[in-house]
Amino acid sequence: MPTNNFVESSFWNFDALFQPQQHPARDSHDTFFLDAPSTTKRLPEDYVERVKQIHETGGYESRGYVYDWKREEANKNLLRTHTTAVSSRMLYQLAQKPFAPKKYFSIDRVFRNEAVDRTHLAEFHQIEGLVCDRGLTLCDLIGVLHDFFSHLGMTKLKFKPAYNPYTEPSMEIFSYHEGFKKWVEVGNSGMFRPEMLRPMGLPEDVQVIAWGLSLERPTMILYGIDNIRDLFGPKVDLGLIKKNSICRLGIN
Amino acid sequence: MPTISVGRDRLFAALGRTYTQEEFEDLCFSFGIELDDVTTEKAIVRKERHLEAEEDADEDEEVIYKIEVPANRYDLLCLEGLAQALRVFCECQQIPTYKLADVSKDAMLKMHVKPETSQIRPYIVCAVLRGITFDKARYNSFIDLQDKLHQNICRRRTLVAIGTHDLDTLKGPFTYEALPPSSVNFTPLKQERSFRADELMEFYKSDLKLKKFLHIIEDSPVFPVIYDRNRTVLSLPPIINGAHSAITLETKNVFIECTATDLTKAKIVLNTMVTTFSEYCANKFVIEPVEVVYPDGKSHIYPDLSIYNMEVSLPYVNGLIGVSLEAEEVTKLLNRMQLHAKQSTSDNKQAKFVVSVPPTRSDILHPCDVMEDVAIAYGFNAIKDKAIVDNKGSKRLAASLKLLPLNELSDLIRKEVAMVGFTEVLTFILCSKKENFAMLNRKDDTSKAVIIGNPRSSDFEVYTPYPCSLTAVRTSLMPGILKTVAHNKDHPKPIKIFEVGDISVLDDNNDVGAKNLRQLAALYCGANAGFEVVHGLVDRVMEKNGVPFVSSGDKSGYYIERSDEPEFLAGRQARIIYKGKHIGTFGIVHPEVLNNFDIPDPCSFVELNIESLL
Repeated sequence: MPTNNFVESSFWNFDALFQPQQHPARDSHDTFFLDAPSTTKRLPEDYVERVKQIHETGGYESRGYVYDWKREEANKNLLRTHTTAVSSRMLYQLAQKPFAPKKYFSIDRVFRNEAVDRTHLAEFHQIEGLVCDRGLTLCDLIGVLHDFFSHLGMTKLKFKPAYNPYTEPSMEIFSYHEGFKKWVEVGNSGMFRPEMLRPMGLPEDVQVIAWGLSLERPTMILYGIDNIRDLFGPKVDLGLIKKNSICRLGIN
Repeated sequence: MPTISVGRDRLFAALGRTYTQEEFEDLCFSFGIELDDVTTEKAIVRKERHLEAEEDADEDEEVIYKIEVPANRYDLLCLEGLAQALRVFCECQQIPTYKLADVSKDAMLKMHVKPETSQIRPYIVCAVLRGITFDKARYNSFIDLQDKLHQNICRRRTLVAIGTHDLDTLKGPFTYEALPPSSVNFTPLKQERSFRADELMEFYKSDLKLKKFLHIIEDSPVFPVIYDRNRTVLSLPPIINGAHSAITLETKNVFIECTATDLTKAKIVLNTMVTTFSEYCANKFVIEPVEVVYPDGKSHIYPDLSIYNMEVSLPYVNGLIGVSLEAEEVTKLLNRMQLHAKQSTSDNKQAKFVVSVPPTRSDILHPCDVMEDVAIAYGFNAIKDKAIVDNKGSKRLAASLKLLPLNELSDLIRKEVAMVGFTEVLTFILCSKKENFAMLNRKDDTSKAVIIGNPRSSDFEVYTPYPCSLTAVRTSLMPGILKTVAHNKDHPKPIKIFEVGDISVLDDNNDVGAKNLRQLAALYCGANAGFEVVHGLVDRVMEKNGVPFVSSGDKSGYYIERSDEPEFLAGRQARIIYKGKHIGTFGIVHPEVLNNFDIPDPCSFVELNIESLL
């Protein structure tokens, strides 16, 4: 997916994903809003209208959130908080053509205005994968996740019910770490909600299964690094970069 | 994700059994909540009061569980709601049916709304909990739930504010009014004397807890206020309740009022309060209604405990999960999730259910929410075992990788630069305006840069030699590269590093008003500046992209010409012109710039745009 755009509108980052406008993640203490460019210049108007409707009054068998949806909120520009914003753009584009199944992926940077500490920065990388096809099921998602994570050397997985505004069901993915002797969260996944897919124009029998994880966390676990600044950013030791052995994950 | 603190023993008592920590964690995992932390009341108080470990706190060693619950489950924000959900999940309890007390409209308490309230806080919903019994723990839980709701769905009281009162100290009918601050006078909670409302706002400016709510009404010509028939002030929403109607452990009848700017959320908040605490009423799960009368004469009875009936088909549920459950099994699974399901057709394969969504489940918006609850009750990990057996994963994942041309080119260029001996680095995109401009000797040309409106400081460790806050998105890879050199001063020379990454610039042609540019930047640092090494790299990159070196003015390839950029040394820098366009610059880094970044050794640097080469 073309993720070479850090600046995003609240519309694609939140509203199109059925994330309500008074959701805590849209707070200024979680999201970087912009002074320049402060508002987005163009949005597809008829789609915006459908998104407004689904938030305000529901539709497509949903009761909606029932609140006053504001265009000014959707227009606010921000630094994308997840690459799912790009996924929503891609799915919308896909829906404008006669339907053909598609798989997408991206690995790129996202921005969060949260407290920084040893393992958190204001920017980090997200890996995202999507499969869009007719008749996909939760079973398919679980099968795909097993395949995907096995390539990262994680074969023992279990799944926990979770919540995302844009997926239902939502699952947190845990993997058993032999070294720590405990289960560690390695990713998040789910099936996109109909309130997100139907206003785009995707047919009723089309489902999208999606999953995401951060790049930094599994890398830190794999290499035993406990401060994220030792891995990424200007404070990384050049000696470490030079000495580090080639990554043999998947060579077997 | 919201976290609630519950006493472990109190929780287990409510659940009807004890668990080992592991057993409880497993239960949480399958239900979809998480045991975040185990601590003691003493430890919490110690932390809050910054006491030393040896000093005595008054609280005992009660074990406290900190449990993380989903952000859309307001019914789980207190021990009572959580325990009930888990009891139903474990089949130890039936789904409760919440009822309105059988009170005639005439006998119902009334809340009359005055028209001025529409200027500041238009909505109000109310209810009564009759014959309730509090003890210390229940009372604390009652207060905690209000706090949690205020923090979450109420958006720090801006959308909804809750007021709870001892009904026996008041006399209905009540009025909800909006009056000029100077005409409101009452004794607020925790105070000994009465205050005028405008005085009170000043007074609370120094109150750590309340000062953050003042902005909600302070600029309004009228403040919302609730009176009873004797002109006793119940509350000044959303700031503070009156002392007169304060609830104590002896309170038997509770009057709840929620004022709001969002009616949907006010109803959810009221429902959460009454459904969770009605279990302590003399008539369990029975809530006494209140009639709210608006100026136009229209009235509404609250709380609105109506069930939302949703039609969900069995093939839909089975189809989305990927299982083949029978109708009866689905009904049992849904009951464990507090959802009543009644089969509406007799044909087993095409079964349709009418699912009764109770007032506690405002998170159920669409049949897919019902489907998820079936899957949770069945067990995600039980589905997992089936999924592995079916082995559908490989079929679905089988795909050929198709990289975007820009990304593919970037990866190839990275390899080429690495192969001539440069080490790759990855630096931050967010920086300060100072780093991006002034420290590079550049004019603060913020007309091109993406500027952050709500910046924060860059690091929890003080970053020497200068602290900075993240105020901009980089318009060049240079600051990041220079910072890397500064942090690796002791690394053996020469230092040869590079980065391929995006910068952002304003662009009116893009729908958001900005775009990214893919750049390659490289630096040489050593005993000498290494200008020829960096120049050599430019030639190498062009060679590898099949771009011929041509004479000045020729648009069929690239050439270099003298440049005058402030970040480089005069006369020791050049512009790269590719097919007639200026795509980059290289040169010896200006000593002032090196000084700004605290780099003691000479450096040469190049930055060019890769997209032009596509």
